Amino acid sequence: MSVKIALAGNPNSGKTTLFNALTGSNQFVGNWPGVTVEKKTGRIRKSIDGDGAELVDLPGIYSLSPYTLEEVVARDYILDNKPDAVIDIIDGSNLERNLYLTTQLLELGIPVVIAVNMMDVVKKNGDRLDTAALSKKLGCEIAEISALKGEGTDILAEKAVKAAKAGRYELPEHSFGGSVEHALAHIEEAVLHDMPEKQQRFYAIKLFERDEKIRKKLGLDEKTIAHIEEDIEKCEKELDDDSESIITNERYIYVASVVGDCYVKKNKGRLSTTDKIDRVLTNRWLALPIFAAVMFLVYYISITTVGAWVTGWTNDTLFGSIVPGGVGAFLDAVNCAPWLSSLILDGMIGGVGAVLGFVPQMFVLFAFLAFLEACGYMARVAFIMDRIFRRFGLSGKSFIPILIGTGCGVPGVMASRTIENERDRRMTVMTTTFIPCGAKIPVIALIAGAIFNGEWWVAPSAYFLGITAIIVSGIILKKTKMFAGEPAPFVMELPAYHWPTAANVLRSMWERGWSFIKKAGTVILLATVFIWFVSSYGIVDGRIAMVDDMSDGFLADIGMVLAWLFVPLGFGDWKSAVATFTGLVAKENVVGTFGILYGYGSVADNGSQIWTSLAAAWTPAAAYSFLVFNLLCAPCFAAIGAIRREMNSGKWTWFAIGYQTVFAYCSALMIYNLSRFVAGGIFNAWTAAAIVIAAIMVCLLVRPERKYGNGRLSAETAEAGR
Amino acid sequence: MKTLKEAHVNDTVKVKKIHGNSLVKRRIMDMGITRGTEIYIRKVAPLGDPVQIMVRNYELSIRKGDAEMVEVE
Repeated sequence: MSVKIALAGNPNSGKTTLFNALTGSNQFVGNWPGVTVEKKTGRIRKSIDGDGAELVDLPGIYSLSPYTLEEVVARDYILDNKPDAVIDIIDGSNLERNLYLTTQLLELGIPVVIAVNMMDVVKKNGDRLDTAALSKKLGCEIAEISALKGEGTDILAEKAVKAAKAGRYELPEHSFGGSVEHALAHIEEAVLHDMPEKQQRFYAIKLFERDEKIRKKLGLDEKTIAHIEEDIEKCEKELDDDSESIITNERYIYVASVVGDCYVKKNKGRLSTTDKIDRVLTNRWLALPIFAAVMFLVYYISITTVGAWVTGWTNDTLFGSIVPGGVGAFLDAVNCAPWLSSLILDGMIGGVGAVLGFVPQMFVLFAFLAFLEACGYMARVAFIMDRIFRRFGLSGKSFIPILIGTGCGVPGVMASRTIENERDRRMTVMTTTFIPCGAKIPVIALIAGAIFNGEWWVAPSAYFLGITAIIVSGIILKKTKMFAGEPAPFVMELPAYHWPTAANVLRSMWERGWSFIKKAGTVILLATVFIWFVSSYGIVDGRIAMVDDMSDGFLADIGMVLAWLFVPLGFGDWKSAVATFTGLVAKENVVGTFGILYGYGSVADNGSQIWTSLAAAWTPAAAYSFLVFNLLCAPCFAAIGAIRREMNSGKWTWFAIGYQTVFAYCSALMIYNLSRFVAGGIFNAWTAAAIVIAAIMVCLLVRPERKYGNGRLSAETAEAGR
Repeated sequence: MKTLKEAHVNDTVKVKKIHGNSLVKRRIMDMGITRGTEIYIRKVAPLGDPVQIMVRNYELSIRKGDAEMVEVE
């Protein structure tokens, strides 16, 4: 008989390490349905009495209130999917806050087994934790573990499976103050007497807290609600606080008394190692320079040195000669039809290879990020940067994705996973690719060289543009209905530093990298094949056939159709349209495509061969407008794939791409027409349109923030932000 | 009314009451800042905000704007 066990606990309690230790490689990572929260499931690799056990990793949570996405996901899972047991992992050196969640888990009617982690830290500090006494007080099994060292996890697994199979559940002792218990008893009597006894307490407490989701779930009528209200209000008046706060207070009072009986602290007020490290890392003067140095190092190693070297090899050697050479020889040997050969070599391998080329770079970057996150430094980064980002409705954690995006948008977008608030996460995912990535640099160089004689200000202006786009988008989006609402509380734990295991770091790196390859890979493959098809084929003599010159193919036809769209932006010629289109595969393709279209088989990175051709085709305003559009519009397919992966929703992905493209279009339109007006006095319908768009943008920026609801806490307001 | 926002680095204060009725209040309380809790103000972030405090034996970062909700003595 296979049992289902849920793993719950605070963030930073070692839950991930424990999950990995219990499941080994038997794990599957996905998302909880419909949301951006990650879901991990696996099988406990040690079989207990010959039976298997499925382990579901719940999101790290501090509480089971109905207000944040993670809490709702966790709570709904336990209530609706009814696992056979719950393992609650707690940080032994941080008992009180961890037990706060425990008290809530113990009320759910499901057997709980507690895993006390970080016992080694407790012992090192000279403190003592009496787990036997704790077990007795709480009424459940306890196992001491050190997840990092892999100690005690087998015993834990055994206890958990045993508890799951036995299915015995003890109601926790009635632990709150007199008047609260009184009110709860009333509620149980009035409303819940039909419910199985072991669930009554949980629902009574939720009703006392006026939990709207529970009210709805139980289908209470007006009269009953009013009846309960009397009891609740009586308590609130007596204790001078609202009912939810009363319960929270009571829980912590109970927890403090339990801890007081079981935990003996040795040294009060002594600086821990973590505090000593923080004296340097979050030091008033040193913090920012150190952070800059750390990010520079990470960036330098992953993108500029190791990354570039491996990417270069992958692109030029592996996908440049080895794979095409080998596959080409094979296809020749089997007398493969030319069109199929071309599809495989140029279309699939060429296109996908170009994208997979930067995968090694990504892996290195992910490894670094995983390390920084796991050791605890990322929390300090958010702590340091918060003040700046708060102005734009984001938090310090939004900074990392954007910073990484300057190298490559794909890991940048994926780095947004560390942001807890879903709205902020979605918004960061949407705006991260505005910052010029490495692939856009050739395009910048092309424009700078061809039209502006390599003037110094072109490149920095591109970055400035990106940053402005992010800030403006942040402000505008924050004021829209779908992103507004209660600001995400920035109350964040600063976990103790610890040296993560290589296994954990590598696993995290692999997980992110591989999931990208899989998900994005499908998108990229399909898209590249499409581009290959339209660039290799066209109408020849009335039939569809391969064309040698790209200018005769479908792509050129598409370009000519799309060209009129770009007329208001100043570059309404089919070549520019085609180049922009191929930029979707990889932004650096823009240069290469222009090269081909202007008659060069291959061009330098910055396209120097075609500078004169371009200068003849564009005015400076048009050229800059082209740059603006390509910098800001939808990113390459790989990045789109990453966006799809993080948003976990087709709808949101389209919205993100749509938003970026519309934003790019409007920006380019404004810049082109307003600069022509200001510089040359040219005024036409498009200039008027540009002024209107500018006005609208200003309006969206400065309009007052809408207040939703009456500012009061409500589960619906919080969920509306989903 | 003295709030957590006005406390200085290295002060130890005791929570008297948490005002308001919002998501932030709920979050603050879930993290362990409740009536009668002792809070030690460890430091301020380099840019002036947020503040790092020690509560119930662990370190927490909280914005000054939110700290204003916590009345202390």
